[in-house]
Amino acid sequence: MTETVWRYKVNPRITQKVGEAVIWLAGGLTLLILMLLVFYILWNGLPQVNWRFLSSSPMMMGREGGILPTIVGTVVLTLLAVVIATPFGVATAVYLVEYTRPSRITEMIRFGADALAGIPSIIYGLFGFVFFVIRLNLGWSILSGALTLAIMILPTIVRTSEEALRAVPDDFREVSLSLGASRWGMVTSVVLPAALPAVATGVVLGMGRCVGETAAVILTAGSSLRLPTGLDSPVRTMSVHFYILAREGISDRMAWGTGAVLVISILAINVLVNWLAVRLARRGARR
Amino acid sequence: MTAEKRAKFTIRNLDYSYAQGKMALKGVSLDIPANQITILFGPAGGGKTTLIRLLNRLNDRAHSTQMSGEILLDGQDIYAPGVDVVDLRRRVGTVFALPIPLPGTVYENVTYGPRMAGERDRERLAQIVERALRQAALWDEVKDRLGESSAELSGGQQQRLCIARALALDPEVILLDEPTSGLDPISAGRVEETLQQLSERITIIMSPSSIQQGARLADWAAFFLMGELVEFDRGSAVFARPRDRRTEDYVTGRFG
Amino acid sequence: MRSDRIIEAILFVSALSAIAALVVITFFIFQTGVPAIFRIGVSDFLFGTEWAPTRGHYGILTMMAGSLWVTFGALLLGVPLGLAVAILTTEFAPPSVVRVLRPAIQLLAGIPSVVYGFVGLLVLVPLIRQVLGGPGLSILAGSLVLGMMILPNVVSISEDAIRAVPQSYREGALALGATQWQTIWRVVLPAARSGIIASIVLAMGRAVGETMAVIMVVGNALNMPRSVLDATTTLTSNIGLEMGYASGQHREALFGIGVVLFVFIMLLNSMARWLTRTRRP
Repeated sequence: MTETVWRYKVNPRITQKVGEAVIWLAGGLTLLILMLLVFYILWNGLPQVNWRFLSSSPMMMGREGGILPTIVGTVVLTLLAVVIATPFGVATAVYLVEYTRPSRITEMIRFGADALAGIPSIIYGLFGFVFFVIRLNLGWSILSGALTLAIMILPTIVRTSEEALRAVPDDFREVSLSLGASRWGMVTSVVLPAALPAVATGVVLGMGRCVGETAAVILTAGSSLRLPTGLDSPVRTMSVHFYILAREGISDRMAWGTGAVLVISILAINVLVNWLAVRLARRGARR
Repeated sequence: MTAEKRAKFTIRNLDYSYAQGKMALKGVSLDIPANQITILFGPAGGGKTTLIRLLNRLNDRAHSTQMSGEILLDGQDIYAPGVDVVDLRRRVGTVFALPIPLPGTVYENVTYGPRMAGERDRERLAQIVERALRQAALWDEVKDRLGESSAELSGGQQQRLCIARALALDPEVILLDEPTSGLDPISAGRVEETLQQLSERITIIMSPSSIQQGARLADWAAFFLMGELVEFDRGSAVFARPRDRRTEDYVTGRFG
Repeated sequence: MRSDRIIEAILFVSALSAIAALVVITFFIFQTGVPAIFRIGVSDFLFGTEWAPTRGHYGILTMMAGSLWVTFGALLLGVPLGLAVAILTTEFAPPSVVRVLRPAIQLLAGIPSVVYGFVGLLVLVPLIRQVLGGPGLSILAGSLVLGMMILPNVVSISEDAIRAVPQSYREGALALGATQWQTIWRVVLPAARSGIIASIVLAMGRAVGETMAVIMVVGNALNMPRSVLDATTTLTSNIGLEMGYASGQHREALFGIGVVLFVFIMLLNSMARWLTRTRRP
């Protein structure tokens, strides 16, 4: 290879070696940072986590005791948000994929979903505050928080559900229709069951977002440390608790413990998502 | 078209094109007799598959198509506004070229149509399953395996399962698009026998996997070339003594 | 069939929920924030350097500067790293490595922002203070933390862009005697340019909108930053900090900041969408 063809001042074999090394270094660096992050939290936090920690309430503003109400808060808020968002998200996807062809309306719907996905969580917090907490007079409550979170995760569910539905082979639809199914019958008896693992993946991803969300939650669900008694109770999630402990410097120990539980929850959710994805692949291979 | 056989399907001046103006069918007029095997044959692109899909409105799903002309089933226009498409498809069933078992057991596959129609009674469903599988010549092979996944069956069995599935609805017509293409000769033979038996009570409209198969099975045969109906007559006539030069060229293998 | 039509109508209405939510959110944010901006005075608001609610001053210029410094720093750190990882997973790494890297990146994306912030606070901030001086709580800390947070975004969108480059481009270059690196650097990356830029734009939007992690490490000092070691305040961190106790005009001013953020991020996202629109061949 002559230099005149490429006009390189540096031997391309060197750039190849250097370039490749840099790329691999980047990958290694990323992995390293991730591992350090996770280990740092778990190393400091796991010692705090025991049954008492998980099952008792905080005392002295969180300096002592456990984080039970925050766990309850996180679970209730996440589940409620998912329960609200999933029907709308899946319905939107079903409508876009099965009931219409590309048109101005579908463009607008997709634009709406994409735009929602880009809105930062602090804006969701502001909105939830002014709309649910104040205007609809729901106050700082589980309901306000769940409604806000539901809108926040809606785009995720729409996007993954749409992909899931499109991945179902068209043959199934044809067969179903040829056997006398109505369009809705086809959707419920053949398409949705086939798309279920992928849809579930989207839902679980949405759950993960809810668990880690802080800004939107603090402004809509409040930060009360009491165990919630109803949908109108204010509630504190683990993320919010973690934030308050850390910023107010109340207790590093408790913060670490909460952080560890948070990270483990996220790990568990990620494992679940990957397991669903593997199940999907296995199902697809069987055809 | 003699008076002794009434027409199940009457097709008049049918023009059909997909987007970009490609004509799939041009001026097709055809009376398909009841309770006979009618073979639609010809080289690829002739319009046979399109016509088959139009007969139970499966092509409703395609976008931006143009259609003029009429398709009548028992004298009724199937494209008239207000026609119940779901009901039409229960009367006119389809078997596709490749076996497409739905995810689920053999039982679930065969009972799919009746269940979608609202049949819930377990006794009746069991009877339907046995009848349909017997009609498809599959009962003896799967009667102990009804609860197994449909994916466990062989290719030939799966295709007969698809036929049983269509038969479960007790249709008046069955449309088949190259139904034995993916099958070994023995299974294909069984399917052909089945079709001949069924044709005594059911109208069968089929595009064959080979000219020979068409010649074997045809009571009536229609030759399609580039969207036009070239010739339609009794099977024996079309294959042995074709009137049109193009039919003769195709049947004798000079092209196609 | 009648019931089929009813179901279709129900699905249609549900599908409008996305647009409806967007409209409602836009409306309420603007309804609370825009009047405030006008009451304060648009140029006073946008270009005023003093934010002192107790004295009725609501100028957000220092915050905008803070946001921009931190964001650019985050992009400077996160984009090259993210792009490199994307090249790694698409061009260099065998499937076994990708199988480890991909979940790792997903995990990075899933870690809550408050956790990033906390670790940044306990690890990065003292480190910066010791090694480089300054309070530690700084733009640099914010950029480092944000850089890691936007990494997964850059990786996934860049990956898509790189994978979309036709294989024939690569084969053509290699056939002419180029090394793999040359192919990537001179052929693949330029071809994937618009997708990569889109990933940068989206990452920028994400960085500008991030709140919790930034609050914890950036120092929240209300003065114009002059070096990366200075503490500063961003638009988001200000809202996050003061929303808890603000009322009246103060609160409305915070919504005004929200409006600015909203508009800016919408513009960024629209730009990214425009960049990745499918071109007619």
